[in-house]
Amino acid sequence: MDEKSTASLEATPEQLLYARILEKGMYLGLLILFITYALYVFGIMDPYIPLDKVSDYWSMNVNDYLEHAEIKNGWAWLGMLKYGDFINFIGIALLAGVTIICYAAIVPTLLKSKDTVYAIMAILEVIILSAAASGILAVGH
Amino acid sequence: MGKNGKLWIIILIGLFSLPVLISPAFADVSAETASNGHAWWFWPIVLFFVTFIMGIFAVLGGVGGGVLYVPIISGFFPFHLDFVRGTGLLVALSGALAAGPGLLKMNLASLRLAIPVALIASTCAIIGAMIGLALPTNIIQISLGATILGICVLMLTAKKSELPDVPKADRLSSALNICGIYQEASTGEIIDWKIHRTPLGLALFVIIGVMAGMFGLGAGWANVPALNLLMGAPLKISVATSKFLLSITDTSAAWIYMNKGCVIPMMVVPSLVGIMLGSLVGVRLLKIAKPTFIRWMVIAILAFAGVKALSKGLGF
Repeated sequence: MDEKSTASLEATPEQLLYARILEKGMYLGLLILFITYALYVFGIMDPYIPLDKVSDYWSMNVNDYLEHAEIKNGWAWLGMLKYGDFINFIGIALLAGVTIICYAAIVPTLLKSKDTVYAIMAILEVIILSAAASGILAVGH
Repeated sequence: MGKNGKLWIIILIGLFSLPVLISPAFADVSAETASNGHAWWFWPIVLFFVTFIMGIFAVLGGVGGGVLYVPIISGFFPFHLDFVRGTGLLVALSGALAAGPGLLKMNLASLRLAIPVALIASTCAIIGAMIGLALPTNIIQISLGATILGICVLMLTAKKSELPDVPKADRLSSALNICGIYQEASTGEIIDWKIHRTPLGLALFVIIGVMAGMFGLGAGWANVPALNLLMGAPLKISVATSKFLLSITDTSAAWIYMNKGCVIPMMVVPSLVGIMLGSLVGVRLLKIAKPTFIRWMVIAILAFAGVKALSKGLGF
């Protein structure tokens, strides 16, 4: 194997950077999720919806669930983190958000290597995923 | 499986079983019995064990967790399809997040191939999720059933090509410099790969993205044939890039479902851990299992779940 092929076999710097951030975010998200779930089901933190009442809601469609349980959608969970069920959303949001961080992080590396087209695509992806995460793209039945 | 792996499985199974034993709710089951006749901890535990088995079958059958999760859980569990789709996306997302870093580091998943594809697929997954949440449940249920039956046909008929013949890279992939080199571990051979039919492939990801978002299925079942058979990426690169791609496509759709309120933590965590632990065990069983038999079984289970979704949607 010559030097050229050895170099090409390795992942690019932006790919390795993306992988490192993804790995850390994934482990942190899962760890938080397990801890918060334990706080929830062991009864260490009181839930907003009592444990024995959750099954009353999960067979409803989402609109009925929100209405009957008096829960606001979007980022309203941030204001309900004192409850054992809603604290689980921290880990879930981290798992769903780590990709945005990965994309934002590789933009400088792509620009540095004058890979403008890919830098633009990465910025566009950050905008699209952020729009989805922001809750501005609301839908209803 | 190493000592650490076994220890983790014991710890995590304990996480789901212990609340049943020590929670105050367990002390008075009658007081905690829910409207459907079961104590609150019944369904999360059943969900955990079913998704654990699902995780094993997913690995042995060569499919993603999401594609099994949504039709089976929506067909046979008391959860509404809205929550099943939201959870299904998080299940597929977590699997992709867990596999992604390793695949990228090994240079089997190609970020260069994934970025343009993901841009289209994730945008369309948002549109798919919005359509899916706007349509009546029975229409989604019927479409889901039809899609699952279509996936069964695809699994039965689609061929795979280890190293597709790509005589010449097309202009778009050349301009974007989508190509790479990897070493085939079994032979030590250095494989130089490039792709063709890029515009057509990207157009196909419009449909794949919409379907992933609409049904919360993940999309590995469609990604791999598109990347491998249509665009000509080697099978290993296609499988790895597809898995990584799910972490982006499912992220966009998952946020739409999450912001809509389609996430119930009581369902998410048992499902996610069950699938992940099942996948770990599935990888170990892969050495001794008969993949062809398992694949047939997975197709049969999917077909049954597809028919069940159709019948539910049609009100039978």
